[in-house]
Amino acid sequence: MVNTWIAATLVAVIAGVVGFFVVLRGAAFVAHAIPHGAFGGAAGAVLIGVNPIAGLGVFAVGGALGIGWLGRRGRHDVATALALVLMLGLGALFLSFSVEYAAAIYSLLFGEVLGVPSDELLPIAGLGIACIAALAVLYRPLMLTSIAPEVAEARGVGAQRIETGFLLVVALAATMTVPVVGVLLMFSLMIGPAATAGSLTRSPRNAIALSVLLALATVWIAVAVSYLTNLPVGFFVGTLGAVSYGCARIWTARRRGRTAPA
Amino acid sequence: MNQVLRVLFAPGFFASGPVHAALVVGAVVALVTGAVGVFTVIRGQAFAGHALGEVGSAGGSAAFLGGANPLWGFMGIAVVAAGLIELLGLHRPRARDVATGLVLGAGLGLAALFLYLDATSSSTTGVAVTILFGSLFAVSQQMLPSIVALSAVSLVVIAVCYRMLLLSSLSSDLAAARGVPVRALGIAYLVIMAVAVSLAAETIGAILATALVVGPPATALRLTKRPGGALVVAGLIGVAAVWLGIVLAYDSYYWPPAGHGWPVSFFVVALVFLFYLVAGAVTGIAQARRSRRSESASRLAASGCAEHPGDAA
Repeated sequence: MVNTWIAATLVAVIAGVVGFFVVLRGAAFVAHAIPHGAFGGAAGAVLIGVNPIAGLGVFAVGGALGIGWLGRRGRHDVATALALVLMLGLGALFLSFSVEYAAAIYSLLFGEVLGVPSDELLPIAGLGIACIAALAVLYRPLMLTSIAPEVAEARGVGAQRIETGFLLVVALAATMTVPVVGVLLMFSLMIGPAATAGSLTRSPRNAIALSVLLALATVWIAVAVSYLTNLPVGFFVGTLGAVSYGCARIWTARRRGRTAPA
Repeated sequence: MNQVLRVLFAPGFFASGPVHAALVVGAVVALVTGAVGVFTVIRGQAFAGHALGEVGSAGGSAAFLGGANPLWGFMGIAVVAAGLIELLGLHRPRARDVATGLVLGAGLGLAALFLYLDATSSSTTGVAVTILFGSLFAVSQQMLPSIVALSAVSLVVIAVCYRMLLLSSLSSDLAAARGVPVRALGIAYLVIMAVAVSLAAETIGAILATALVVGPPATALRLTKRPGGALVVAGLIGVAAVWLGIVLAYDSYYWPPAGHGWPVSFFVVALVFLFYLVAGAVTGIAQARRSRRSESASRLAASGCAEHPGDAA
C-alpha cells in the first residue's frame, strides 16, 4: 500500500506536468496513442519472458518516432491512428500466443495500482526525473512552438525537432506509468487535470502547478476509494477527470456570466 | 491450378459456415467504414473516430453484463459520446481535441468498471479480449440481418447528404455561407460515424475499429484526389484487407505454433497499414518522376534544344 502511494504520487506529478503541454498543443490523440500502443510491447515482452518495462519502452519510443516520421508525410491524426492500431494489432497477436492473457491484459489496460512491487519504484522514479529534466530543457522552445509557431520559425527553432522531442517525452512518461497504473489511468491523468487547470487560469506556471495538484488529488481519491470499494481504480480516475473539468467549465461560465453585464 | 488453390486456401475454407458469415459481414462493414471514413479523414476527425470505438467498448461490456448483444451497447454509448464531443468541443480544433480526450477518458473508466464486473459476475475471463480485440469468426449468424440493415441505412444517409457533407468538410465557412446547417450536419455525421465504428467494433474489436475507419480512406485519398472516387477505392481497399485477413487467419492454423490460429484482427490491421505505406511510396515515386520530367523538359527548353522543333512552335 505504501508503494502504491509513492508510485501513484510520482505518476500524478509527471502526468500533471506532461499533460499541461499535451493540452496546450492539442496533442490528446498522441498522448492516448503512445501509452495505449505501448501496451502491445508489454504483451510481447511477457511472451518472450523479458521485463514488461523493456517492451513498453521499445514500443513507446518506436511509436513516438514512427508517428513523427509518418506525420511528416501525411496527415498527423491519420499517422497517429495507424501507428496506434498497428501496435495494438501486434499486441493482439502476442496475447493470442501467450497462455494467461485475460488477467494480464486487464491489468495492463486498466492498471493494478494496488499491487506495485517495491523493485519497480526505482525505475519509475528514474524515468520521472528524466521526463522532468527533458521538459525543463524543452520548456521555452515548446512554449514558443505551441503558442506562436510563426515566431518560432522566424527565430530558427526547428518545429519538427521539438515535436520529436515532445513525442519522446510522452513516450518516457508512458513507459514509467503504464506498468503501474495502466493505459487508461495514464491518459485520463494527463488530460483531465491539465484541461481543468487550463480553463481556470491563463498563466502557464500557475496552470502547471494547478494541474499537478489536481492530478495528485485525483489519484489519491481514486486509490483510496478503489481500496475501499474494490472497484477498478481506472474507473474513478476517468470519472473524476471528466467531473472536475465539467465543474471548472460551469464555474468559469457562471463567473463570466456574472461579470459580463456589469 | 488445384494445388495453387490448396496452398492459398487451407482445406475446408469454402465449406465453413463461420467463414461465410465473416466474409459477408467483413465486406459490408468495410464498405460502410470506407465511405464514412473518407469524410473522417477529410474532416481530420480520426481521433473522434477512435474515441467512439473505445468508448463504445463500455457499452459493449455493459450489454454483455445485461445479456444483450454487444452491438446495441456499442452503438448506444457511441451515439451518446458523439453528442457529448460535439457539445463540449466548441468550434476551436484544440478545444475539440481536449473534449474528445475527456469523453474518451470517462468512457474508458466506465469500460474498466463494466469489464471488471463482467469478469467477476461470469467466470468467463475472455470477455475483455473479445470485446476489445474482437473476432470476425465469432460474429453470430443472427446478427447478420441487423448488421446489413444498419450498414445500408448509413450508406443511404451518406449518399443523401453527400454534397452538403463534402462542402462542409472541405470548408465549413463556405458551407455556412451557402446555407448548409453546418452544426446539425456535424452532429449527424458523428452519429453516422458512431454507427460505422460500432459495426467495425463488432467485427474486428473496439480498439482496432479505427484501422478500418481511418486506414483504407487515408490510402484512397493518397491514390485519388476525387472524393467520389476515394469513396469507392476506400471501400475496395477495405474489402481486400478484410478478405485477405480472413484467408490468412484461416491458413494460419497450419503455421507455427501449430494448432493455434493467429487473430484475424491482426492480419486486417497489418494489411491496412501495409496498403497505406505502399500507396505513399507509389505516389511518392510518381511525383518524383513527374517533377523530374518537368525539370528536364524545362532544361531542354532553356537550352534551346533543337531536337523537338515542333514543341517550340
